[in-house]
Amino acid sequence: MIRKFAALLILAGIAALFMELLFTYQPDPELNTTARYYADRTAADIGAANIVTAIVVTYRGLDTLGEVTVLFLAAAIVGLVLAQGRRKTAKERAVTPAGELLATGSLFLAPLIMLLGVYVFVNGHLTPGGGFQGGAIIASGMLLMLLADPLKHFSHRLIAMVEALSGMIYVAIGLLGIALAGGFLDSHILPNGELGALFSAGAIPLIYALIGLKVGAEFSAILADLSGTEEL
Amino acid sequence: MSVLFLALTVLLAVAMIGAAFVAILGKSMPIAILAAGLVSLLASVLFLLLASPDVAMTEAAIGSGLTTFLFFFILGRMRGGEHD
Repeated sequence: MIRKFAALLILAGIAALFMELLFTYQPDPELNTTARYYADRTAADIGAANIVTAIVVTYRGLDTLGEVTVLFLAAAIVGLVLAQGRRKTAKERAVTPAGELLATGSLFLAPLIMLLGVYVFVNGHLTPGGGFQGGAIIASGMLLMLLADPLKHFSHRLIAMVEALSGMIYVAIGLLGIALAGGFLDSHILPNGELGALFSAGAIPLIYALIGLKVGAEFSAILADLSGTEEL
Repeated sequence: MSVLFLALTVLLAVAMIGAAFVAILGKSMPIAILAAGLVSLLASVLFLLLASPDVAMTEAAIGSGLTTFLFFFILGRMRGGEHD
């Protein structure tokens, strides 16, 4: 009873805080200094049609490297914890088979979902989306295949290889930025090109494709670990 | 901010709260999972209305896509698992 009352009290407190925020909210009439800088200079400086991508990959590239590292750590820790309960062999497991609709539909849908993921991260500098979104879409395609066939085995070695290689090339491109351009993860090691073209915005398409592969591989590794674990 | 826009955002917010209650209070596990996914899906539409399509895509891909699939996958494992 007392615990419930305390929970309600905390909820009411949070609600009051948000009410305060909501009712004092005034939309800014114009962009503030930083936002104005990004809005005005991105097209000329970076050459990316999507300003968010220019910020994520170039202006704040180091933060993105940190995010990818955090995701890598999460995947590694999941693998470490679940390594205790590796399954015996696939044949010893009794699983309920997936329905006809799911099994057949996934054959058709999984390649399309993967393709959408690749499209999203390849076009990250032109349209909304990018490496993280594309990687997550690829991983949900993998998960759909796992749902259709729970005994499906993904090659851990291949996933680890893709993850490690894309991570290393990402950092190598960042280091190239120090040598050839203005600093770590500077996208100007390749020419800016024409605004809105697929091969434009310097190294951003390359970096975002690598991030997409890395994120997709990390999520897929987590899923493969989860599916391959018998018990904890 | 037009009246129509305001009405749409309020409708989305109310629907999100309703779906969240269904997810918490519902007795059926699959419906609760779907309702939790619906909260994310409505949130991503709300982000889109607030002119942030990048965040909307992340929310749709991870919040309503990946986690909903993942919950169903785990639910299947729990039901089909040989250790109760």
